[in-house]
Amino acid sequence: MNTPHDSVVWLGAPAFPEAARSALADTRLRKNLRKATGTIREKRLAATGELDDWEELRAAGAAVKRRTLRHLDRYLEQLEESVARAGGTVHWAADAAEANRIVTELVTATGEREVVKVKSMATQEIGLNEALAAAGISAYETDLAELIVQLAGDHPSHILVPAIHRGRAEIREIFRRGMGDRGRPAPDGLSDEPAALAEAARLHLRDKFLRAKVAVSGANFACADTGTIGVVESEGNGRMCLTLPDTLITVMGIEKVLPSFADLEVFLQLLPRSSTGERMNPYTSMWTGTVAGDGPRAFHLVLLDNGRTATLRDPVGRQALACIRCSACLNVCPVYERTGGHAYGSVYPGPIGAVLTPQLMGVGQASSLPFASTLCGACYDACPVKIDIPEVLVHLRAAEVDAKRGGVPTPEALAMKAAAGVLGSPRRLAAAQRAAAATGRLSARRGSIRRLPGPLSRWSDTRDTPAPPRESFRAWWRRTRTGPTAEDER
Amino acid sequence: MSGARDTVLRRVRAALADVPAGERPDDVPVPRAYRRSHAGGDVVGLFADRLSDYGAGVTRTGDPATAITAALTRRGVDGLVVPDGLPSGWLRPGPWSVLRDDPPLPVAALDDASGVLTTATAGIAVTGTLVLDAGPGQGRRALTLLPDYHLCVVPSARIVGDVPEALARLAPDAPLTFVSGPSATSDIELDRVEGVHGPRVLEVIIVEDDKEPPA
Repeated sequence: MNTPHDSVVWLGAPAFPEAARSALADTRLRKNLRKATGTIREKRLAATGELDDWEELRAAGAAVKRRTLRHLDRYLEQLEESVARAGGTVHWAADAAEANRIVTELVTATGEREVVKVKSMATQEIGLNEALAAAGISAYETDLAELIVQLAGDHPSHILVPAIHRGRAEIREIFRRGMGDRGRPAPDGLSDEPAALAEAARLHLRDKFLRAKVAVSGANFACADTGTIGVVESEGNGRMCLTLPDTLITVMGIEKVLPSFADLEVFLQLLPRSSTGERMNPYTSMWTGTVAGDGPRAFHLVLLDNGRTATLRDPVGRQALACIRCSACLNVCPVYERTGGHAYGSVYPGPIGAVLTPQLMGVGQASSLPFASTLCGACYDACPVKIDIPEVLVHLRAAEVDAKRGGVPTPEALAMKAAAGVLGSPRRLAAAQRAAAATGRLSARRGSIRRLPGPLSRWSDTRDTPAPPRESFRAWWRRTRTGPTAEDER
Repeated sequence: MSGARDTVLRRVRAALADVPAGERPDDVPVPRAYRRSHAGGDVVGLFADRLSDYGAGVTRTGDPATAITAALTRRGVDGLVVPDGLPSGWLRPGPWSVLRDDPPLPVAALDDASGVLTTATAGIAVTGTLVLDAGPGQGRRALTLLPDYHLCVVPSARIVGDVPEALARLAPDAPLTFVSGPSATSDIELDRVEGVHGPRVLEVIIVEDDKEPPA
């Protein structure tokens, strides 16, 4: 029970600095990302700019989430009662393993060996597909991008458009090679036009939708007062999964609960405009328990902790649990735009991933991620629920540094200590500047230092340092101005 | 499993140790300074414009029966799914066969049908959204999902300005489907492709009449 969060990060994934280095070398990936994030940024700005009360909506969204998180126990119990009253069954899972076991048992009890899936971050986080496969159950992703990722045996690289790292020609090859093994093969002579590829996916999945008896979904929100669950989507695969099968199993992080159905008036405005930059996404499905003669006859809601209560414990870090998974912060982030999602090594990439992943995983895990940011603040401006991501990043960086105190000091800690001594005394600073001017110019090429020796190379490996000037400003001042001002240096 | 339930709730309460014991949810203020509606005066005109933006066909008429016949003829519909409770005068006989959902049509029959005709419980002008609640003239959710063509007829009196107004009218115990344009994906290089799994063609007829239609 206490070995949580197996799959938030991908096993064997390198730390961010190494992963980013290889991602940055991939010029085609960078071109795809630049185009994609640029397009979606413009759409989001147009869609949010239409509402002159956007800031008031953000404030309301942030406040509703704050109220919910501060009274989460009460709302979870109320949600459980409401869902049960409407004919659903609520299950609780303290960690990924427990959630996977619950879902596997529910599927097994139906006698089925196949499930269709709606795109869901929570089930990716717990590695549900792998757990089902180990029990001999095939899980079919039905969102187009998730299908691409699944057929390629790949990882998603964006919360909203998981196959953003793949070009159309690659996708055609993935379909041609992969579809036949899992059902209806790709049509002969498939072109790489997006419309043709979408049509191939439609045909491939149609048969699965019509036969499916069990579906697994995530949830965008759950209303405590009514027990209503909502899923927003674009393609209609969600509607297929939520409507046609006999059994529906929804896995939802405990932070997704909202106090009331009426609160949807805020989130149904914030989410589509922030996420896809649309006034409204094509389809939003809401259901409350089960209804005779319409949709699944059995509905199970699995409430997932998996590190969320540990995140909740930190009064600064807990705001990350307000995230509605719109991905606006990814699209505005200068670091994400250059490295892409895989470099984060997590189901949750980008700025929100950099604060969510280490918190869900616990101290010491994914510890490089809070440093994968320039702290420019674009993510905070874009966030529809006003999560102060830079504040949480700095907070987690401090926690990371604190965690390393007490043992053998790192070279960085020694360097910082030395710097504190030098910067604390004008005389020592002047001496250091003279020394730097003398030695620095020796190792500089065309005005910058590319490599520093010894442990200092850890600094110079990731940045060029301008060569120190022949003379510092302070020395120049003293030489050219005679009189009382020079007396400052004591 | 009650063990996990207790574990999770205990962890939540322990994590919230900084929240004063006497604090109630209402003590956490939620400023609701946002607008109830972003629509101006012409709600019906805005609804029509926003639907057109999504690529949905839009007709405004005072004579729904004629507009429905024209749309079905233009589309060349042969098997038409018709839910119970559609206003009796709306559908005239034509070259199409009418598929009633009583007894419930199997999914294969719905998949083979070339279209579905329904009404909607509400329209939202600002977002160009149709809301279906499985009520009279709408049927269960599968009816508007599997046929490739959805013709939706909305009396203008059911069109509201914006999302908050629509939600205030809805009863959440019914299954709700919000439809804003045809199904679409931008998953491949962010190129928008219309028509994936849901109906690929959506047409809307707005009935310009301030009275509710007879059931």
